[in-house]
Amino acid sequence: MGMPITHIMTSGMSGIRAAGDLVARMQFARNMRLKDAKEYVAKKLGVSTMDLSDEYVMRELREELGIGVVTSVAGSPKGIAAKMNIEKLLDIKINCCEKFRGKLK
Amino acid sequence: MTEYALRMGDGKRIFLTREQIRADLEAGTADAADLGSIPALTGNELDKLAEILMMPARMVGVEPGKEVPVTHDIGTIRLDGDQGNSGVGIPTSRLAGCMIHERAMGADTMELGHIDYSFKPVKPVIAQEQQAMEVCQQNMIVPLFYGAMPNMGLYYTPDGPFENPGDLMKAFKIAEAQASMEHAADHLTRDMIWIMQKLMFAGADGVNFDTTGAAGDGDMFATLRAVESLRKQYPDMYIEVGMAGELVLGMHGELQYDNTTLAGLWPHQQAPLVAKAGANVFGPVVNTNTSKSSAWNLARAVTFVKAAVKASPIPCHVNMGMGVGGIPMFETPTIDAVSRASKAMVEIAGVDGI
Repeated sequence: MGMPITHIMTSGMSGIRAAGDLVARMQFARNMRLKDAKEYVAKKLGVSTMDLSDEYVMRELREELGIGVVTSVAGSPKGIAAKMNIEKLLDIKINCCEKFRGKLK
Repeated sequence: MTEYALRMGDGKRIFLTREQIRADLEAGTADAADLGSIPALTGNELDKLAEILMMPARMVGVEPGKEVPVTHDIGTIRLDGDQGNSGVGIPTSRLAGCMIHERAMGADTMELGHIDYSFKPVKPVIAQEQQAMEVCQQNMIVPLFYGAMPNMGLYYTPDGPFENPGDLMKAFKIAEAQASMEHAADHLTRDMIWIMQKLMFAGADGVNFDTTGAAGDGDMFATLRAVESLRKQYPDMYIEVGMAGELVLGMHGELQYDNTTLAGLWPHQQAPLVAKAGANVFGPVVNTNTSKSSAWNLARAVTFVKAAVKASPIPCHVNMGMGVGGIPMFETPTIDAVSRASKAMVEIAGVDGI
């Protein structure tokens, strides 16, 4: 356990504490290298690339955008609801959201 | 004379002078450059690496703004698994394990995996895996992969249906050994495609092929063909291919992908092939030598990975688990060594992620 935590603390983007999940999505969804993925996400969020790892900037912004926050806020989008908002924000399709929509009558 | 605390490749603390550290750094980068026919690190890069290794703090970090996504292998087994998988034996469900990684640890991506962490044993319990994936996807926000090892060794006797190539080669039945590997590769490709079809149906973001090439060139051959097929079927699927070692072992010796012989490929030669097959992210590996210092191992690993990053048309998330990527070969790698290796890979090798 200590090793992955050390990597996250040393080099990671803090996942949904900040915007690490969004940058990772662009690397996988569009084969973007790190610089391009950060610039793409920063532009969509209207922040600087440095802000993407800044919990102070991202905490409220994530809640405003409904893309999921790390603390459990009652009534805020979580899981697939948050990911549907991420789809719109990043202009990508997410497989489980597609499957979810396909099940609606 | 001032001495600095470093580590051996097995994790033991050692004390080296600045001159000794510099000598080990130069020897490590020279070894990689010689083996891979790639450029050695420059003087400035070696200075930066020495500076990172000699930092007085117990833990170091990348400069603000240089952070990278950290992807995870082994799924939740590091929580609920046993020592064999470096697990800590906390009885959690896989959903709880995934959510702990996302919300307590700040993981940038996560993955779901079977307790054996190989593809083959997933087949009999595929419906269970689909159910677990559906439940996890309903609750998770970060990208959630299905992760497993191709592990072609499970297809040979006594574990599988094909005669063990090791036994055949010992009897000088080389052609028969090669044929056995080809048959195993066919079945492995078929199984990995089938399993991922089921998991994509259940909402997976994609797949992490972990420790690709562990059973040699046949293992990588089977994986590249599976990647190619899955990419055709699922244009938006997330596909990561992480390697097992720095060099593709030529167990078969003559297998080719895209007219390139797989045996003997180094990380900078593996990356373009993985991209050609259709992966989104490549995970290069450089093995740790337990008899050398962390300076030697890190310089060597950074040299190989820097060349792979440069040659790769897709993002590179370097593998930095126990015994790879300049990390000591030890069950509980020390925080000082892990944080220094992590920082060096980001700031000198220029990786897109870890």
